[in-house]
Amino acid sequence: MKEEEKITDKSRRDFLKTAAIATVATATCGSLACSCGSGSPKKIAITDKVKLLSPDGEIVEIDSAYLNHQEHMAIVSKLEARQGIAGKRFVMVVDLSRCKNARKCVTACQKWHYRPEETEWLTVKLMKDSDKAAPYWFPKQCFHCDNPPCVKVCPVDATFKRQDGLVLIDNERCIGCKFCMAACPYSTRVFNWDEPEQPFDIMSLAPNPETGLPAKVGTVEKCDFCPDRAREGLLPPCVEACPNGVFYFGDENEDTVSNGDETVSFSQLIKDRAAYRFMEDLGTKPRVYYLPPKDRQFPVERGYDDLPDKIKERFKDIMEETKEVEKH
Amino acid sequence: MELNKYQQEVFDKQRPVIESYGKKTWGWTIFFLLWILVGWYALYLQVDRGHSVTGMRDNVVWGLYIANFIFFIGISYAGAVISGILHILKVEWRKPIIRIAEMITVISTIIGPIYILLCVGRLDRLHHLFLYPRLQSPITWDVFAIGTYFSGSLIFLYLALIKDFAIYRDARLNIPKWKQKLYKVLAIGYRGTPSQKRHIRISTNLMAIMIIPLAIVVHSVLSWIFGMTLRPGWHSTIFGPYFVLAAIYSGTGVLIMAMWVYRRMYKLDSYLTDKHFVYLGYIMMVLGAAYGYFTFSEYLTDWFGSEKWNSEVIEKIFNPAKYGWWFLFANVAGILLPILVVAIPKTRTPNLIALASFFMVIALWVKRYLIIVPTLETPLLPVQDTRIEYVKYSATWVEWALTFAGIATFFLFFTLMSKFVTIIPISEFGDKEKQLVQPAEKEFVLANGSLK
Repeated sequence: MKEEEKITDKSRRDFLKTAAIATVATATCGSLACSCGSGSPKKIAITDKVKLLSPDGEIVEIDSAYLNHQEHMAIVSKLEARQGIAGKRFVMVVDLSRCKNARKCVTACQKWHYRPEETEWLTVKLMKDSDKAAPYWFPKQCFHCDNPPCVKVCPVDATFKRQDGLVLIDNERCIGCKFCMAACPYSTRVFNWDEPEQPFDIMSLAPNPETGLPAKVGTVEKCDFCPDRAREGLLPPCVEACPNGVFYFGDENEDTVSNGDETVSFSQLIKDRAAYRFMEDLGTKPRVYYLPPKDRQFPVERGYDDLPDKIKERFKDIMEETKEVEKH
Repeated sequence: MELNKYQQEVFDKQRPVIESYGKKTWGWTIFFLLWILVGWYALYLQVDRGHSVTGMRDNVVWGLYIANFIFFIGISYAGAVISGILHILKVEWRKPIIRIAEMITVISTIIGPIYILLCVGRLDRLHHLFLYPRLQSPITWDVFAIGTYFSGSLIFLYLALIKDFAIYRDARLNIPKWKQKLYKVLAIGYRGTPSQKRHIRISTNLMAIMIIPLAIVVHSVLSWIFGMTLRPGWHSTIFGPYFVLAAIYSGTGVLIMAMWVYRRMYKLDSYLTDKHFVYLGYIMMVLGAAYGYFTFSEYLTDWFGSEKWNSEVIEKIFNPAKYGWWFLFANVAGILLPILVVAIPKTRTPNLIALASFFMVIALWVKRYLIIVPTLETPLLPVQDTRIEYVKYSATWVEWALTFAGIATFFLFFTLMSKFVTIIPISEFGDKEKQLVQPAEKEFVLANGSLK
């Protein structure tokens, strides 16, 4: 009996929470739209009383201390999620000289997006540009191209380009034709071949392209640069998780990018370090810049030797080939 | 409807076919239905468990289904282009074969698009294609193109059928009432008055002219689904005409095969004559040469240029350990064989031409597979995945079951149609006092020296 009571009590509280956030979101929507230009959305003050509509139809006033800000709760409408964050142009810089394939970015991404271990929105490839060239680790997210081949081919406008530069997917609209996957030259997109396994509270979230949650079977998904975090002024989990500060994320309009430890000028960084965009000649105009793997901080083996066997297998060919070359 | 001597002759010959549904036909029908049933079970699994029951994965996102899609839309060209062009050119010998050709068109245009639906992860959201259409997407073009094409070919087939429906209606056939009624409805009151004749003639001419550009649009748009992407092996400017040509070519092959089957099954030798096989063989030979030229040109430029990505795909296609043998088969059976069989007078017989068509049609299916899978297995970034099914595509039984179910559906529709309408159009005979069979053979003997 007690159990049952607890559950009903809990579900009521959850309902209140949801309703409260919805109310707050509506109330602050106007101000949020104005404030997001400055990049620091207001935190809800915890001592306020908040008026809520109870399930019985009465207006009750509760202390907002009881309200938790719930992660992954979309705070914008679907329409706003299609337009993007006003005044922003998100950009990423990846410093290849610092990557040692620690794979913290991969796991952080999977954890944040509730993706299973096999699904990597962010992957680290071992690249070797030519026979004699030294291999290097190459983390790859979605490039959020300015001329996105995937968006061009979508028949239902399920994947779209926003004014802040992001390419997102509305998995409520996606029909799963996979044309975008065939069109993306970077193999960025993944498909939910099975019913995705997710925690119950994630499955019951209201779907929104900004969160990409809950994942839906038979639809396409990919790295989204975590716009829900960007709205709160937070860096994507991959950037935060990287122990070596490989990823810089920021706003091209503000001309700043940050890897969590340092915030630098975007234009200066790509100028000083001779940044390039991957496969520039395809004309897709990626929003991700790479700093060449020059003066590397780690030998490439550092990212290989300690890997679990399953993942080691992926890079075996290249590593052995390289060892052969070094011997001679 | 008054029938002239020749019409009566054709009709009497085919009357038993549409009057009864024999034991043999029932046997085949049940056989096809069983295949289709297996297909439905496979489809149920695919919808219920998700697309993981197929061999498709994140790299090879399309497989057998898309190959079947291109294949069926391709063979639909039999009616559209072959019979359309022959109609416009007023080629007399077309008359006994147009019904078969147009039936191939309509039936395969029904089956083809089913395969693209099988690739779609969310069948419950298909209405989004009309709710949120994006005109930039080649898939949207395809939806409209195939929709228009299907309506067009259905009208084209129906226009040629109206007169025959009137004949069946008035012939006091020994058939159930519902069938009688259906003929009556479908004949839409045709009595053969001069104005009715004129209307049908004009509309058929119009449709024949319209169906050709429509067909060209359909397969071009289809090829652009591949051509518009930045993938090696796909991103080619000749893909539009290449696909169109391959489609007409395979359509001719299927038409020849269908003629051969019907000729044997219903003993229609005096209507589907050797001449038809030889003439269609000539058409096939010319198309085969053109198709061969396109193939050569496409692979030569990719191989000679040896750009990194193209070379990787070419390596997979040429390498005997990968797709090399299939590629060889696709070219030998798909190009050389039909050309040689028709070119050499000794082998220019209906049986051998039909056999060559059979191999050619299979080879063209293989070719479609070779266009799709090796390219998808060669993404621009290294795959570096340990899951074998993500690296290399191999179709599962679900995909094969649905493939065979599609072929069975094709045969089933054909069986049903041939029990409902006469395979040789009756009304076409003797509009003018021209008999098709004997004089035509005389003409043929004059031109070729002998019948064989």
